[in-house]
Amino acid sequence: MSELDFLVPLPAILPLFGAGLALAMWRSQRAQFLISVVVLAIVLAASVAMLVTVGDVPMVVDIGGWAAPVGINVVADRLAVLMLTVSSAVFLCVLLYSMAQGLADGGEDTPVAIYHPTYLVLAAGVSMAFLAGDLFNLFVAFEVLLAASYVLITLGGTGERIRSGTIYIAVALVSSLIFLTAIALIYAATGTVNLAQLALRLPEIDPGMAHVLQLMLLLAFGIKAAVFPLHAWLPDSYPTAPAPVTAVFAGLLTKVGVYAIIRTQTLLFPGGAADTLLLWLALATMLVGILGAVAQDDIKRLLSFTLVSHIGYMIFGIALSTAAGLTGAIFYVAHHITVQTTLFLVVGLIERRGGTTSLDRLGGLAKLAPGLAILFFIPAMNLSGIPPMSGFLGKVGLLRAGVADGSSLAWALVVGGVVTSLLTLYAIVKAWNKAFWQIPPAPLEGSSLPRGMVGPTAALVVFSLALTVFAGPLYTYTERAADTLRDRSIYVYAVLPDGERGEGESADVAAEEGGA
Amino acid sequence: MTIDMSPSLALVVTIGVLVAAGVYLVLERSLTRIIIGIVLIGNGVNLLLLVSGGAAGGAPIIGMTPEDEMSDPLPEALILTAIVITLGMTAFLLALAYRSWQLHGHDEVQDDVEDRRIAYLAARDEMAFADSDTDTDAPDIEDEAHEVRDETDSLLLLVGEEGLVDVPVRAVRDERGADAEPPAGSAGEGEPPEGPPSGTDGEVSR
Repeated sequence: MSELDFLVPLPAILPLFGAGLALAMWRSQRAQFLISVVVLAIVLAASVAMLVTVGDVPMVVDIGGWAAPVGINVVADRLAVLMLTVSSAVFLCVLLYSMAQGLADGGEDTPVAIYHPTYLVLAAGVSMAFLAGDLFNLFVAFEVLLAASYVLITLGGTGERIRSGTIYIAVALVSSLIFLTAIALIYAATGTVNLAQLALRLPEIDPGMAHVLQLMLLLAFGIKAAVFPLHAWLPDSYPTAPAPVTAVFAGLLTKVGVYAIIRTQTLLFPGGAADTLLLWLALATMLVGILGAVAQDDIKRLLSFTLVSHIGYMIFGIALSTAAGLTGAIFYVAHHITVQTTLFLVVGLIERRGGTTSLDRLGGLAKLAPGLAILFFIPAMNLSGIPPMSGFLGKVGLLRAGVADGSSLAWALVVGGVVTSLLTLYAIVKAWNKAFWQIPPAPLEGSSLPRGMVGPTAALVVFSLALTVFAGPLYTYTERAADTLRDRSIYVYAVLPDGERGEGESADVAAEEGGA
Repeated sequence: MTIDMSPSLALVVTIGVLVAAGVYLVLERSLTRIIIGIVLIGNGVNLLLLVSGGAAGGAPIIGMTPEDEMSDPLPEALILTAIVITLGMTAFLLALAYRSWQLHGHDEVQDDVEDRRIAYLAARDEMAFADSDTDTDAPDIEDEAHEVRDETDSLLLLVGEEGLVDVPVRAVRDERGADAEPPAGSAGEGEPPEGPPSGTDGEVSR
C-alpha cells in the first residue's frame, strides 16, 4: 500500500463531480470550459503519477472501507494505468479541439449546455471501466459511458444523426443485456462478481459451464469492440457524429471493449479455451474491415473501416495467449488510440477546409493547406505501419509473436496481418491522392482553420511521435504489464491478501461470517 | 453450508417467455417495438439475476431471520441498479423515437445509406468514385479494342495447325462459356473485351 493510493478512484470520481458542476453552470460557456479543462488536466496528472509509481503490485482501493468481495474495489495495475494515461491525454486534446470548433462555429454544432457535462460523464465512464475491480462495476461503467455516448452521437438531433444513432443505441443496448445475462449466470455459478474472487472460483466449476460463460462475455465485449461479425454497426454510426465526438469514440470506446476482453481473458479464463475461435475472428476482422475501407469514398467511413480492421490486430495478440502476443496487443492498443483519434481530428480539419469529406469532391489540399497535409500524412503513415513509426513497431511485435507461436493458424494470421497492413497503406494512399493531390472537380468551399483546432491536433501528432521515440521504454512497460496480467496471483493477492477478504474496515465483521 | 440453488419453475418459464417475446420485438423495424422488446428482455434478465441468487428466503437482516433462511441480498441490489439503468435508457429511446417521428413522420430504423449506395454501384459494376485523372478525350484501350474487333466481328479468325479456319463468333463464345480457357490461337488477337454490344450478336447469327 503506497500513500498514492488515494489517486486511484480520482479519474472516475472527478469527472463526475465536474459534470455536475458544469451542468449547474450551464449559463456560462466559459465556466463550463474551465471546469472541463481543469478536471481533465487533473485526471491526466493523476494518471501520469500512477504510471510512474505503479509497480508489480496493483494499487487497490476498497471503496468506503468495505472489504473486497463484499464491497466494491477499484484496481489500478500497469495495463489499467497505461490506458488511463493515454485516454485522459486524448480526452484533454479533443476537448480543446471541440471548444475551438464550437467557438468558431458560434456554438451551433455543440449545444453548449449539455456538451461539457456529457463529455465529462463519458470520461468518467471510460476511467471507471479501466479501474473496475468487479464485473458488475464494469457493467455500470459501460452503461455510464454508453449513456453519455448516446447523447453525444445524437447531438443536435439532426435527421442523419438520429438515423445512425438509433442503430448504434439499439446494438449497444442488446450487447449490454447480453453482458448482464452473463453476469447473472456467472453469479449463479460462482456466487460472486468480484474479479479476484472469480479468478479463484471459476477453475472450480464445470469446465463446460465456464466455457459458456467465457463465450457470453466475449460476445458482449465483441460487440463493443466491433469484432467481426459483430462490427457492422460501427462504420454506419460513427461518421455522422461531430468530428471531435467521432474522434473520441473511434479512439476510446472500442478500446474499452478490447480492454475488457484482455482483462477477462487473462484474469478469469487463462486456459485459452477460446483462442482458436478468437484467432479466426481476428483474421476475419482484419480482412473484412480493410476490404470495406478500400471500397469507401468518404474519408470518415474509410477511417471507420480501418478502425474495425485494426481491432483484429489486438484480438490477434490476445488470442495468442503468450507473453509476447499480449505485450504486442497492449502496445498496439496504446498506439492505435492515439493515431485513430488524431486521424479523425485531422479529418475534421479537412472537412472544415474543404467543406466535405467525400473523396470525390476534395482535392488540391496539399497546395491549399500544406500544414494540414503534414498533419494528415504523419498519422496516416503511422496507421499503415511505415517504419520506423509506432504502428510499425506494434505490428512487428505482433507478427513476431505470431511467428514464435508457429502454428499454421498463427502463420495465417501473420500473412493476414501483412496483407491488411498493405491494404491499409493502399486505402490511405488513395485518400491522400484524392484529397491532397488531385485537381478538385469544383472549387472547395471551406473556411480557414482556427488555431485552436490545429493546436490540439498537432499536440496529438507529437504525442503519437513520442510513442515512437519512446517506444523502447514503452515496450518494456507493456512487457511488464503483460507479465503482471499473466501471473494472476499478483492481482488476486493484491485484492484479497489472505485469499478470502480484502483490507477494508469491514474485515472483522466479514471474518465472523466465516466465508459464507 | 450448501445453498439451495434450485430455481422456481414459474420464474424460469417467465424468463423464457419474456426474452423470447423481447427478441422477436427487437428484430422489428419500428423503434417503438424495439423499445418494448428491450424492456421485455431487460425484465427477463432481471428475473434471471433474481434466480441466480438461489431460492427465496426471509429478509437478510441479522436478528430478523435465521442465517440459513435468508435470501441473498446481492442480486437484488444488482437488479435495482439494472432497473434504474433500463429506465434511463428507455426514456432516452422514447425521446429518440419521438424525434424520429417529428423528422420523418415514422420511427422506423433505416438502412445504412452508404452501404446501399455501394451495393447499388457494385450491382451495376460502376466505379465507386469518379477518377478525374484518367478522364481524357483520348480513346482508352477498351474503345480501341472495340474498333479492332469490329473488323472481324462476323468471323473470328482462328489460327490453328490446320491453318485459317472460319468459325462463327457465336460458336466460339459458347465454347468459352463452357470452359473459361481462351481458344488456342486467339492469343495473337488479344483478349476481346467482355460484353460486346448485343446488336452485333444479331448480325452474327444471321
